[in-house]
Amino acid sequence: MLQFSFWDILSNLLVATQWTIVLSLIAFFCGGIVGVILLFMRTSRIAPLEWFTKIYIEFFQGTPLLMQLFLFFFGIALFGVEVSPWMAATLALTFWTSAFLTEIWRGCVESIPKGQWEASSSLALSYIEQMRYVILPQASRIAVAPTVGFSVQVIKGTALASIIGFVELTKAGTMLNNATFRPFLVYSLVALIYFCLCFPLSWWAKKIEGRLNVAR
Amino acid sequence: MSLVSIRDVRKSFGQNEVLKGVSLDIAKGDVVAIIGRSGSGKSTLLRCINGLETYQSGSIVADGIEVGGAATNLRELRRHVGMVFQQFNLFPHLTAAENVMLAPTVVNKVSKAEARITAAEVLAKVGLSEKMDAYPSELSGGQQQRVAIARSLAMRPKVMLCDEITSALDPELVNEVLRVVEQLAREGMTLILVTHEMRFARDVGTKLVFMHHGKVHEEGVPKEVFAAPRTPELQQFVGQVG
Repeated sequence: MLQFSFWDILSNLLVATQWTIVLSLIAFFCGGIVGVILLFMRTSRIAPLEWFTKIYIEFFQGTPLLMQLFLFFFGIALFGVEVSPWMAATLALTFWTSAFLTEIWRGCVESIPKGQWEASSSLALSYIEQMRYVILPQASRIAVAPTVGFSVQVIKGTALASIIGFVELTKAGTMLNNATFRPFLVYSLVALIYFCLCFPLSWWAKKIEGRLNVAR
Repeated sequence: MSLVSIRDVRKSFGQNEVLKGVSLDIAKGDVVAIIGRSGSGKSTLLRCINGLETYQSGSIVADGIEVGGAATNLRELRRHVGMVFQQFNLFPHLTAAENVMLAPTVVNKVSKAEARITAAEVLAKVGLSEKMDAYPSELSGGQQQRVAIARSLAMRPKVMLCDEITSALDPELVNEVLRVVEQLAREGMTLILVTHEMRFARDVGTKLVFMHHGKVHEEGVPKEVFAAPRTPELQQFVGQVG
């Protein structure tokens, strides 16, 4: 029988960590892009667009991420399209992330005083131009801290992708546990690695938040 | 023909009717001072002229454009109708010059270099040449309001709407803003001001409009109206503020 040393376990976990990072980055960036589009729709004051985004956000915020992963993994397969765990995880995490980011960013946009909208309207700027030149430059300053803070949730959210068979950190941990029967050691290492990924981000988020408060 | 023509405009916020059939004609070069108690509808009327507020019935035509129309019309209208606000509403992330240059470059597609020349010109006009690269937070209230006037001027508006532009200022800063407005009036700019500065309304205005309970209660040449108010409401109002 194969023997696993501590270093074997750790190195295997670290290899799998790469996939956690890749999945997190993709979910975060794709989610961010979708989130910006949704943000424009959500604040457009065009009723059908606002309703669509409201329902979208309610759905992805109001159902467990795990169910969303199942829906993408098994749901799309019903239409005869083969979905890899990788694809399902990417899609589900992207949509889930976008829903939360849109709501975070909407709060930032709405914290910009009404006078800024009125002044830019009076200067004949269109909605898109107002957002681009007046609102978003101000809102994005406020948005940095909560956005970085939310990225921690995305990293932890990727752990659920293990359940549909995507081999990332958690899945690798489960597999190693099955081979070594040393659950406490394995899952302690898994938790430690997640902490090492997440802590710098939440620390950074706090730091920017503090700096912005001083500037005000 | 009048530059701004307001016909029987009615506007309600829910149950509360704030404009009860207002009609007003404003010719090119007029300096119209709108006075009245708070809640008389004067700011709402002003905000209807450039489409910041909608109205339920009647019509407003400004520079040949019907204000109640579609969104594209509003954009065209606002290119020619400037507005200055009580709270200045400068863009805090942009310098004075950038505040002034934004609309010309974005809306009128003027080059940056050309817009900067215009910015220098209008900021000089309001006496802030040396503050071009200052951020709003580095300016006093009076200076911020003058930048806001310059920002509006940079679009070469045909009419400017001023909504209580000195009300948020410390008393010692009021005059520097009023002087700028007076200079604009002398140069022939059409101005519609909602104001509490009665002396300014009398000395600079060509037309005085007293609003009361959502209607134009009295209007005329400022000096005459102030000297001999016809209605008891205006008499009382002038007595209180003058």
